[in-house]
Order: sequence, then C-alpha cells, then structure tokens
Amino acid sequence: MDVEAVVRSNTRLSDDYNVVALDAPAVAERARPGQFVMIKPARGTDPLLRRPFSIFEVVTGSDGRPAGLTLLNKRVGVGTTLLYEVEPGRRVACLGPLGRPFTLVDPPAEAWMVAGGVGLAPFATLAAALRARGVRAALFYGGRRNADLFFTDRFARLGVDLTLATEDGSRGRRGLVTAPLAEALAARPAAPPLALYACGPTPMMREVARLAAAHGRRAEVSLEQVMGCGLGGCYSCVVRIRRGGGTPHFVRSCVEGPVFDAGDIVWEELAP
Amino acid sequence: MDLSVSLGPLRLKNPLIAASGCFGYGVEYADLVDLSTLGAVAVKGLFLEPREGHPPPRIVETPSGMLNAIGLQGIGVRRFVAEMMPDLRRLGATVIVNICGSTRDEYVELARILSDVEGVAALELNISCPNIKEGGIQFGCSLTGTHGVVSAVRKATALPVIPKLTPNVTDVAAFARAAEEAGADAVSLVNTFLAMAIDVETRRPKLSNVMGGLSGPAIRPIAVRMVYECFQSTRLPIVGMGGIASAADALEFAIAGATAVQVGTANFVDPLIWTKLRAGIEDYLGRHGLTRWMDVVGTLDTAGR
Repeated sequence: MDVEAVVRSNTRLSDDYNVVALDAPAVAERARPGQFVMIKPARGTDPLLRRPFSIFEVVTGSDGRPAGLTLLNKRVGVGTTLLYEVEPGRRVACLGPLGRPFTLVDPPAEAWMVAGGVGLAPFATLAAALRARGVRAALFYGGRRNADLFFTDRFARLGVDLTLATEDGSRGRRGLVTAPLAEALAARPAAPPLALYACGPTPMMREVARLAAAHGRRAEVSLEQVMGCGLGGCYSCVVRIRRGGGTPHFVRSCVEGPVFDAGDIVWEELAP
Repeated sequence: MDLSVSLGPLRLKNPLIAASGCFGYGVEYADLVDLSTLGAVAVKGLFLEPREGHPPPRIVETPSGMLNAIGLQGIGVRRFVAEMMPDLRRLGATVIVNICGSTRDEYVELARILSDVEGVAALELNISCPNIKEGGIQFGCSLTGTHGVVSAVRKATALPVIPKLTPNVTDVAAFARAAEEAGADAVSLVNTFLAMAIDVETRRPKLSNVMGGLSGPAIRPIAVRMVYECFQSTRLPIVGMGGIASAADALEFAIAGATAVQVGTANFVDPLIWTKLRAGIEDYLGRHGLTRWMDVVGTLDTAGR
C-alpha cells in the first residue's frame, strides 16, 4: 500500500524531536504494533531514498475507524531534518505497513517495554494493543535528559507502569535505563510469565537481550537498519542471526524484522 | 499503442524491465506490482551456490544516487529454481535470470541448469558486478574474457544470452562488439560505477566493502552516452539502464539507441513506478503522432551538431 499522505499536523516537541500526523487510513487500518512505513519526506532526488519509520500512533477518525498515523521523528540527517520541517498540507509518499510486528502476549503474562530515546516510537501502539488484551504492562524509558522524554502521561493513562531514567539525572533514575530494568528482573518472581520488548540504541538492546537470557525471559527487539526499499528487494538492511544453534546468516530486517527474537541476533556484529 | 520489443529471439510485451539486484527475485513485489505487466523481471544475480554477501553497511546515499556493496547475497540457482520459479510462472512474469560465476565453467553450468527450467526467458550474464573480487567483473573488464565467457555460454544454451556490461572501462563499445562477435543476442548496460564515500569525521569508508557501485539519477548522462556509443558501434539490441526514474528518462535511452530499458534504483523509491512509466511513454507517443515504441528507438537527431 503506497499512498500520497497529507501531513495533517507537525508537532515540534523539542529542537530535535517532532511528531508528524499523516492522513493514511488504508495504511493505518492494516497497521500492527512494531510495523513500519517507508516515507519519502520530499520530492526530488536529494535525498533519493525513502526512510523507515516505526508507526508511532494509529489515529482514529470521528467514526472511530483508523484515519491516519503518526511518526515520532528525531532529526539526525537530511531525511529526518526534512520531516522535522515538513509543513502541514504537504504530501509525503507513505508505503506500508511493512515488516514483522511484535508478538503479543495474553494474560496472565505481563509485558515490559524498554525504550531508549526515539526508540519509544513502536511502543505507543504496542501499549494500546496490550491494554486491549488486558495485559499488565510496564515501560522502562531512558533518555539523555528530561527534555528528551516524551508522552509519559499517555503511557500512564494506558495503565502502563513507568520507570524513567536520564543519563544526567534530570528525571527518574540517573544513568542508563537498563540498570533499573536489571534490578526489577532480579526482584521479580518466575510467575507469571513475562515478555520483554526493546527498541533503542544497540548497546541498550544488547543489554536487554543479555538480561532476558540471564533471567530466562523471552525478549523481542525492534532494530533500525539502513534500508533501501523496505520490501525485500535490495538486500541492504541485513542482520546476522543464528537460530537454534544453526549457522549464522544474514536476513533482511525489512521482511524478517524489524522485530527479532533478541536471542537470535549475533550482537557482536551489529553496528553500534 | 504497440510497446512490444524484440531482443534477438526474446520478444517482450513492453520495454520495461526490472533491473537485477533492485527487485529481489520478483516475488517480493508481487503484492504491489502485477509482474505480468512488466516487459520482464531480471532477477537478483545468482551463483551456483548460496552466498552470504558483504557485512552491512551495504548502501549509502550520495547526491542523486546511492552506492551499494551487497556482495551478491543469494540463495543459489537450485533453490531459486525450486522455490522462486513456481511463483514467477504462476504470476506470469517474463523471467530473465542474471547469472554470475567465478569461472567460465560456472557460467556454463548455470546456463545448462537454467536451459531446462520452464519459464526462464533469457540469461543475463553478470560480468560487471564491481563488488566481488573473485568473478564477474574480471571477465567484463577484459575483451578476451568477455568474448570467452559469452561464447562458452552461447554454446551451452539455446536461451537468449544478454551480457551485462560494466561502465568501468575506457571503451564500452569495444565490449559490446566483443559480445556481438561471441554470439550474444543483446547487451545490457550499464552496471554501476565503481565509487566510494568517506565519513570525514571518522575517516572511515561509509561501506563495509570500502568501495561500491554508484547508481541512480547521478549516473544517467554517462549511461546515456555509453548506450549511444554502443548503438553506433554494434547491431545488437541494447538494454539501457542507469538512473531511469521517469518516462522521459526511459525515452532518452530509447532515442540514444536502447531497444529496452531497465529500472533499478528508482524502484526502491517508487515501487509503483511501472504504471507511471507506461502511461508516460504512451502519452509521449500520442503527442508525437507515433504508435510504436520502436518508432523512437535510435532516432537521435544530430543534424548540425
């Protein structure tokens, strides 16, 4: 599904972060938590390629049906800067939804989401889906500083237990979010079952994978690789995985991911 | 409008071909694109055996283009035949199989295997991938190597044989002539331009393979020139490619002498480009009082230049 989506709004959250709302009902109604879209933020050939973005929220219209979606964007390069600056009313090409979504659990299992920075993006839809299933959920959310943490109220309203951490200590625990996560995992009894979901910087996800394995918990990670097409055609976005003690091999993160079982990733080879 | 073209014995319903390496094995796009409406699908380059390819990062964007060094990751010809060809046949795709070998014998073996496979319409010989050391381009950068591998494959198969030429040579037309003398049915050009990009902050190459192949609109004027040189120099049908992203771009190649065209990088940006290209070409023909694509091919007017 490739649509010319009208930019409904562009909400700047800080000098780096914004949320872009797109009218894209056909994409929105198919979207599942953890999936992504390929966005061409401007016409022309520079930048040439689309950029992958997690679907942040599915927006419902007055009839209660999916009408559009939002993207949580952090400006780091040319494409994300264009999306930071995009004017409402403009059209952007939006291809999706794409990729393998998160595996949802059911009660009595509980779900802990672990987000670093813009890695919050896939968890708004996941939290909503978990709540709809009656799954108790928690969010461990870290950033450099308080000004980099967004939408905590929204997760709280969804009944998500929040644990925050900032590297400078300006909000929540000082340091990396994986420290309170490690403590919580150690303190938690074996039952009920617990599923971990992580998205953020590679070192954070790698630590979540290590902790999950150490505590016998299943974890899924959402990876962000450089992508060419998003459809499995170009073989750019590969990740080395090893399944069930087999031979490590490259798979395309656009079609076999972006969500992977954390235990399958060959973490030593993943770019930081 | 009659958009049909002939590449030697290979007849295509239209001149628009998905370029090898830019369209997976075709089946990846079947949900979005009716493969039977394309002139042909040139599938991702295949060796006899599966290949892992290079570590990431495998691509990097450059002004109006991109570099890639995928390293021909692939499932090998036998899995392709077993797992992909049934779907491609069912979907009505005209399949051009791009083959790559480390030795001349490997090309011949691939040609023999594929000659017996229902639904394979032609072979494109990848003698031009800039990203692997052990094969391919070592043939494509030598006139005798090109002649040798094309004539060996020619003897091994009745399928149409289309060598894909590299632009990383001084005189590409000489390679088209070598292919013609060796019995090729057509030539396709250009593969990517060997290139590199450096992160100046870290002084590291942006690709894991250090160098890669440049594609996209940035290369189009050079590719058009090379197609024109080959058109003047051989009688072989030419499959032109290099940065085509619109009907006008495709027509530019046709006027320079390309009978058919391939679209690669633009397919990443717009996977639904095919219907737009076809509509744009038909609109052009109508505006110019023409009814056939072939009325445009090789019609460059250089009077007074």
